[in-house]
Amino acid sequence: METDRLDTYRQNMFIEVSVELSGAQILVQSLKDEGVEYIFGYPGGAVLHLYDAIFQQDAVKHILVRHEQGATHAADGYARATGKPGVVLVTSGPGATNAVTGIATAYMDSIPMVIISGQVPSPVIGSDAFQEVDMVGITRPCVKHNFLVKDVTKLAETVKKAFYVATTGRPGPVVVDIPKDITDPHIKVPYKYPKKVSMRSYHPAVNGDKEQIKKAVELLLAAQKPVIYSGGGVVLGEASKELTEFSQLLGFPVTNTLMGLGDYPATDKQFIGMLGMHGTYEANMAMHESDLIIALGARFDDRVTGKLDLFCPYAKIIHIDIDPASISKTVKVDVPIVGEVKNVLEQMIDLLKDHKAKPQKKALEAWWRQIDQWRSLQCLEFDRESTLIKPQFVIEQLYAVTKGDAYVTSDVGQHQMWAAQYYKFDKPRRWINSGGLGTMGFGLPAAIGVKLAFPDADVACVTGEASIQMCIQELSTALQYKTPIKIINLNNRYMGMVRQWQEFSYESRYSHSYMDTIPEFVKLAEAYGHVGMRVERPEDVREVLEAAFALKDRTVFVDIITDRTENVYPMIEAGKGHHDMKLRVATGTSTDRELA
Amino acid sequence: MRHIISILIENEAGALSRVAGLFSARGYNIESLNVAITEDPSLSRMTLVTRGNEQIVEQIVKQLNKLIDVVKLVDLAESPHIERELMMVKIKTTSHTRTEIRSLTEIFRGKVLDVTATTYVVEMTGPSEKLDAFVAAIDPDTIIEVVRSGPTGISRGENGLCL
Repeated sequence: METDRLDTYRQNMFIEVSVELSGAQILVQSLKDEGVEYIFGYPGGAVLHLYDAIFQQDAVKHILVRHEQGATHAADGYARATGKPGVVLVTSGPGATNAVTGIATAYMDSIPMVIISGQVPSPVIGSDAFQEVDMVGITRPCVKHNFLVKDVTKLAETVKKAFYVATTGRPGPVVVDIPKDITDPHIKVPYKYPKKVSMRSYHPAVNGDKEQIKKAVELLLAAQKPVIYSGGGVVLGEASKELTEFSQLLGFPVTNTLMGLGDYPATDKQFIGMLGMHGTYEANMAMHESDLIIALGARFDDRVTGKLDLFCPYAKIIHIDIDPASISKTVKVDVPIVGEVKNVLEQMIDLLKDHKAKPQKKALEAWWRQIDQWRSLQCLEFDRESTLIKPQFVIEQLYAVTKGDAYVTSDVGQHQMWAAQYYKFDKPRRWINSGGLGTMGFGLPAAIGVKLAFPDADVACVTGEASIQMCIQELSTALQYKTPIKIINLNNRYMGMVRQWQEFSYESRYSHSYMDTIPEFVKLAEAYGHVGMRVERPEDVREVLEAAFALKDRTVFVDIITDRTENVYPMIEAGKGHHDMKLRVATGTSTDRELA
Repeated sequence: MRHIISILIENEAGALSRVAGLFSARGYNIESLNVAITEDPSLSRMTLVTRGNEQIVEQIVKQLNKLIDVVKLVDLAESPHIERELMMVKIKTTSHTRTEIRSLTEIFRGKVLDVTATTYVVEMTGPSEKLDAFVAAIDPDTIIEVVRSGPTGISRGENGLCL
């Protein structure tokens, strides 16, 4: 009682100067002051003080997931769709370790996230206490940075730093590990959320070097066979508009990486498709034959380059990236430019507009003729007469039904590649997938995060019967928070991508790439309180998809029984170059193919 | 090629493990590493010796710079610099060998730090090659233990690695 009165007295004393809050209140208030809308989390012992503070306010909405991995993916999906940082709250020990897959997923794709993890009380750290794990140590290799809070008076500043680091430069996840005693409701300290923080050891680059930019422009204007190769950095750097203007000013062909789909409108004639392992024939051939590659916010990932010795043998390379460490990491570039891609593109556009020279008209016409010839191969064509449902057909129908304007999340495998190849993304932030880490189980929770951010938009999760089972428990979260998403399950009764590799490289020894006991997804969806639909014939696909999307306020699980023998084409097999692609065999479709 | 990377890093718990973790995670090689606080208690200075071709060392420097705790760094091998390493060697002695070891120590400008009836502890600083040469000059059967700090270094002239 005495201390209570003393507290009240103290509070009144300091009310003019600052507010006194407990660590738990400081955290919640900091999130509020940071403008956080949602936190995705799961309670536990080490974060009980925090959950009590969350209970006593409603500015920051908490989304209770069913597994911490789901929390990280949902926050990640939210971040990818909105550009705002995703926020996660988990408890110590297993709560923290369950979050690691999602943290690594965000790290590989440079997604801004702040993950608050509870920790055992400071005095027992290092004693193998109940639910203790060295979260800072475990996450060190898969975060942009992490903090262990040791002093409650530094908490607000640390949270501010976490958001600052996560969202600036090359974005990434930041973990803030908070021991339980720091959030003690009985210890109150003055609170002030810093408007700005600066760190002497952290200065992300903004403007590209002017001379380098000039040099790049000269190369662009002299190029005979140029290709614009853009990646996820253009999405993250909000530079899609500038990229489009830049590309159209030059009239160059544009290819996007898996992470960059939507950078440039896929329905535009200058778009030559995705590049890389399952990229289009025209995109990969153009890269191979090109004399100038301009890479924007892309990192020459091994799934893009194929065999490095064979990568773009005739091309000079300009590389624009905010992360100097991404430049010349695997492929030596000729003109490196470190800076924000939006800023660099603006400068290039200005230089191009003022320049007396124009792009090489004649050479470009010949280049486009060559590209159109590659295009005429129609590398993405598939058997449209099949009596079985072709997965590619499903994506085409999904595109039609959603008028090309849905947010599409995916899991990992064949369905992911088909979604990337056949859904034509005209806008950035619409295609949401785990590109770098390749995390199965990503799609469903990510879709929930997207739907929370954009309640009126169509959100589809394209998945497969294997991936969806990795985070299926989040169906329950989707019901609790009324996030009506559409799950498009391309059910081929195989881990399709594994099976495909086993077919190509292991003489069709399908080692453990199937399951004998796949659940009845319709019943499962119903058990979770949703609507389940099943499609088995190609002629029903359109109608069922329309019915599913017509149910605006329900989550619908559409289980689509597809041709189990279908493979993803084109394909660059491991160790091969862009010009050496495996294409779909023109005759003898796989429809009635027996798998050995 | 051998590179001596000198790093100013925030003097915070875990900073060292970020550097060490980076090297192991990316498969870079560390020949030696030493770290101590500077005149500014909020900063530590680390000296790291590594080997690799130009491309690898360029990546090492970029990846180190990317660590949030790293304030500044320099590859000392790129410009004129001074390098020193500290070594202590415990040597078994007999009345016959004592004079020889003492004169050898003198030649190498070392010091005998500790003497017992049967041992000497010799202290020596210098470039790593000099220390190698001293160790090579002593009968290996008489060496009980060798402790080396790994090289540390500083650039010549007015420029320095400071805030």
